[in-house]
Amino acid sequence: MKPAKFDYYRPKDLPEALSLLESSGFDGKIIAGGQSLVPIMNMRLATPECLIDINGLQDLNFIESDDRVLKIGTMTRQNTVETSQLIKDQCGLVTEAVAHIGHLQTRNRGTIGGSIVHADPSAELPLVMMALNGTLHISSEDETRSVKAEDFFLTFLTTDMMPNEMLTEVHLPIWKGRVGSSFQEVARRHGDFALVAAACQLELDAHDRISDIRLALGGVEAIPLLISDAKELLAGERLTDAALQKVADVVAGSVEPESDLHASAAYRTQLAKVLTTRVVHQAYERAKGSAVCP
Amino acid sequence: MDKVIGKAVTRVEDMRLLTGQGKYIDDIGTPAQTFQAAILRSSSSHANLVSIDTAEAEKVPGVKAVITGEQVKKYLEPFSVGVSAPVHYYPIAVDKVRYVGEPVAVVVAKSRYIAEDAMERIKVKYEALPPVVDIEGSMEEDAPILHENVGSNIANHRTFHYGKVDQAFEEADRIIKHKYLFPKYTATPVETYGIIANYESSENQYTVHANFHGPFVIQAIMAQALKIPSNKLRIIVPKDIGGSYGIKAGTFPYMVLLSVASRIAGCPVKWIEDRQEHLSASSSGTDRVTYIEAAVKNNGKVTGLRMKMIDNVGAYIRAPEPACLYRTHANSTGAYDIPNLHIDAYAIMTNKLPTGLIRGYGGQELYFPLERIMQRVAFELNLDPADVIRENLIKKEQFPYKTASGGMYDSGDYMKGFELALETGKYEEFRKKQEKARKEGKIVGVGLACIVEPSGSNMGYITVALTPEERAKSLPKSGCSEAATVSMDPMGSVNVRISTTPSGQGHETVAAQIVSEVLSIPADKIKVVAELDTSTSAWSIASGSYSSRFASLGSSAVFYAAHKVKEKLMKIASHQMKVSESELELRDGAFYEKNDPTKKYALKRAAGSAHWNPLSLPEGMEPGIYETYYYSVKAAEPPDENDLINSSVTYGFVADLVTVEIDPDTGEVRILDYVTIHDAGKLLNPLIVDGQIFGGLAHGLGGALYEELVYDNKGQLLTGSFMDYLCPTAPEIPNVTIKHIETPSPMTPLGAKGLGEGNTMSAPVAVANAVSDALTPYQIEIDTLPLSPNRIWTLLNQAKQNKNKEVTV
Ligand SMILES: Cc1cc2nc3c(=O)[nH]c(=O)nc-3n(C[C@H](O)[C@H](O)[C@H](O)COP(=O)(O)OP(=O)(O)OC[C@H]3O[C@@H](n4cnc5c(N)ncnc54)[C@H](O)[C@@H]3O)c2cc1C
Repeated sequence: MKPAKFDYYRPKDLPEALSLLESSGFDGKIIAGGQSLVPIMNMRLATPECLIDINGLQDLNFIESDDRVLKIGTMTRQNTVETSQLIKDQCGLVTEAVAHIGHLQTRNRGTIGGSIVHADPSAELPLVMMALNGTLHISSEDETRSVKAEDFFLTFLTTDMMPNEMLTEVHLPIWKGRVGSSFQEVARRHGDFALVAAACQLELDAHDRISDIRLALGGVEAIPLLISDAKELLAGERLTDAALQKVADVVAGSVEPESDLHASAAYRTQLAKVLTTRVVHQAYERAKGSAVCP
Repeated sequence: MDKVIGKAVTRVEDMRLLTGQGKYIDDIGTPAQTFQAAILRSSSSHANLVSIDTAEAEKVPGVKAVITGEQVKKYLEPFSVGVSAPVHYYPIAVDKVRYVGEPVAVVVAKSRYIAEDAMERIKVKYEALPPVVDIEGSMEEDAPILHENVGSNIANHRTFHYGKVDQAFEEADRIIKHKYLFPKYTATPVETYGIIANYESSENQYTVHANFHGPFVIQAIMAQALKIPSNKLRIIVPKDIGGSYGIKAGTFPYMVLLSVASRIAGCPVKWIEDRQEHLSASSSGTDRVTYIEAAVKNNGKVTGLRMKMIDNVGAYIRAPEPACLYRTHANSTGAYDIPNLHIDAYAIMTNKLPTGLIRGYGGQELYFPLERIMQRVAFELNLDPADVIRENLIKKEQFPYKTASGGMYDSGDYMKGFELALETGKYEEFRKKQEKARKEGKIVGVGLACIVEPSGSNMGYITVALTPEERAKSLPKSGCSEAATVSMDPMGSVNVRISTTPSGQGHETVAAQIVSEVLSIPADKIKVVAELDTSTSAWSIASGSYSSRFASLGSSAVFYAAHKVKEKLMKIASHQMKVSESELELRDGAFYEKNDPTKKYALKRAAGSAHWNPLSLPEGMEPGIYETYYYSVKAAEPPDENDLINSSVTYGFVADLVTVEIDPDTGEVRILDYVTIHDAGKLLNPLIVDGQIFGGLAHGLGGALYEELVYDNKGQLLTGSFMDYLCPTAPEIPNVTIKHIETPSPMTPLGAKGLGEGNTMSAPVAVANAVSDALTPYQIEIDTLPLSPNRIWTLLNQAKQNKNKEVTV
């Protein structure tokens, strides 16, 4: 459990980091919190020849908001995200989700960007990005671009990013009005990756009718799964048991999970159904209870 | 001086452990020119080794040697085993690999990094053979065979017949039976195996530092394998071992492998096992299939038991296996008065990691079927499980109680302990709550378990693996010897040397308490030395830290060694004071004349004369104060010709009550409350006791709900890291209430019994009983572990579907 030999660079700023990334081509790899990368290097499942440590890039450690969009720098530690009042006030779904990532110790090191780029299909942050259709801001030496979460995750541990590119910040839309959200998961133990996780955010009109809803599931496919039918099924109505059942059935029909050591495909499908009803219901109740924005 | 034994004093070890000053194997300095080893391991579960090409690996700069089984074999004999089957076990594969993780080559290099780089360049050609992974499958006619010269996969088979079993079954009102599978799981100490081995050709001697904790009978096995006189194998155990829970008895094959590596490479070699190696290739608990049948009267009284137990010892049977089958032999009928017993015991081999000691050793494998069947008796006869237990528990008046298989339960009041569990856990109240909860669609249940916790193994029990005829051919084995040394230097300071190689249980603290009380010296003035050195310490074959033997045996050796010192000092004082010994008493560091307390003689002075002024000593007395006591117990006799064996020295008692709630939608089990009542005789330090109980319980809950070494049908390990091998962590531990009753053991001078393994034995079945109780409306039988949400939900789902089918039919 010792990594293979690698070169190590610690750039001072973003241009230097991007230039190093450019010059190292396919052999370079960014290291942020190291909570995913270091174990896989120790097991020699990854053997990058060159590590570019972005822990010195303090400019990428920030949380800002302009009341429309919440912006979080890629180097922001998960623990900082978890304890940010601003994030809790404007995008509580993130706060609720982050608490489920690993342990306090791993959240002290792990970054928001590292988790998103790692793109584990059961991970919380990719799921939240998908649920809220956040935007990823990406830079290379020649170009800066942004991509929606719905287009970012390609398959298991694979994203739309090129080897010379780096994630710099993520943007999340801030919902206004009678908004409620919920994040729930089933994991074997506290801090384990979820067997299945579900995230929901919805908005109600003055008559408790759902005016907008986003629902997504993690752990059921190679990437977080957006249930795009949710809006069609639920919008314009108050939430009823029958409606909930319908969404759960749609979910059960649309997921194609794999079986593994900890959960069979049938069990994951069951969890997807159960967690769907639970998050939609909880988000709805929370929205009803909220006077203004959550 | 006040009484110190039995006080909840804090641990003397904690200061150094909590300030990073512990001395673990990896903290020990190494000789100059020590190289590091990495071990290449088999990726195949069963294959012929066609070739190993090490040429490229040897070229890597910094590599000193690349060593294969072929080279190692020259310096070794196979390890001897405790069965008659001719299994050839070497610490590295020769000719064949038999489990994933088996050592295939050792790279010795300047650093572990380089060693691992080189390891990737070794080319091994395997010729795949069909693997054997299933316990019962291994016994089938056409099963592939692991060890051709054994002729089958059965390493050991014995049958035992005690009492009138057939009659009990003929006269029974009901026969209740089932098959249970206890899975393969492990212990996961924070510190993995670690070894520094050094061969000195000038002396033809191996010096091995290792976190090995005995039993030291294995020292002889290692020396024999290395083909050297046993005094040429010097083993030094560091004073701190970072947890073991039994598994570090399994360090020994690696000690031999690294010894030979040092010899071949010509330099000292250090190896610290990593976590992946630990999970795949150290040692593990023994998985067992049990067919159990109970002869039962309509009132729930069990009159006879038949058990067919099949232990899977993995790819090689290695010492001390097949001991898992026999460690609990004397207490096979648990806490119950069941005079008629038939046991059909098998140890079989499959293409999995070889097994060995794990906390609870044999206990959880035994009590899982036993306590499950007791609950089943209740369910089938429509009785309250608590009443079935009451009907069968051994009564207070029956102690000392002789078990069917030869055990001598030394003391106990099982009914009192059990009733205390019911009362503390509010059993009756819970039953009412349960009725109500069920009407609301909730799934809640309560599980009970009563178990006997054996401690201080009789070294003779392992020979039960042999038939009486086979045993008669060799020297009988008995006893449970442990040694301790108490010495006083010229200034009157006390050193205590123990051979119980503690791995975090606080032996230093308790030893100091005991010596403090006997010699009436403050405990903090006493220095306990826990390092063991086979060349300089007093030790014996049973020495070490396993089978909860410190409280029963280690502490007794310390107690008597301290008494020897006291007696000698008393003689000196009596001689100097010219007063007979019977007129003297020792208190507050001095001998006082009973009738005239103004006359005293300081302990320190007595010690001083023994060193400074030997000529002043009584006629014939040796100078110095250095007393070693070897302790054993009479009750630990060898097995007799009828296979009756008292396999342990003391027998504690544990009664558990656990309540659970199951999420009907997800199958998740939540423990609401855990009550555990212990009778470990006289408690030597209640603080340490409760710490041990919490640890043992956490391990037991791991077995119940989380932990399993899972292999696929090709023999590949699927739980090779802590991401998939799930140990419970702090948040998984429920509310626990611990209570004690103390019925002192008449076997030990302090009345203490061993402890710390009890809940590892009881918790898996207690939780299984609770889950099964919760699921009674669905008629689900829990017959294996761990109770993962996936497993529970699948069972529930099937039960619901079956019910629906019944309705539609
Ligand atoms: C015990 C334990 C439990 C865990 N449990 C969970 C859990 O329950 N849920 C969960 O989601 N995760 C869990 N994790 C993983 C953890 O969340 C990691 O923190 C996270 O996946 C990666 O973040 P990091 O900053 O540590 O990234 P690193 O490990 O440093 O990097 C991860 C990957 O992202 C790339 N990367 C990082 N930053 C950038 C960037 N700005 N631009 C481009 N590429 C980048 C790296 O090159 C690497 O490929 C756990 C980890 C541990 C050790």
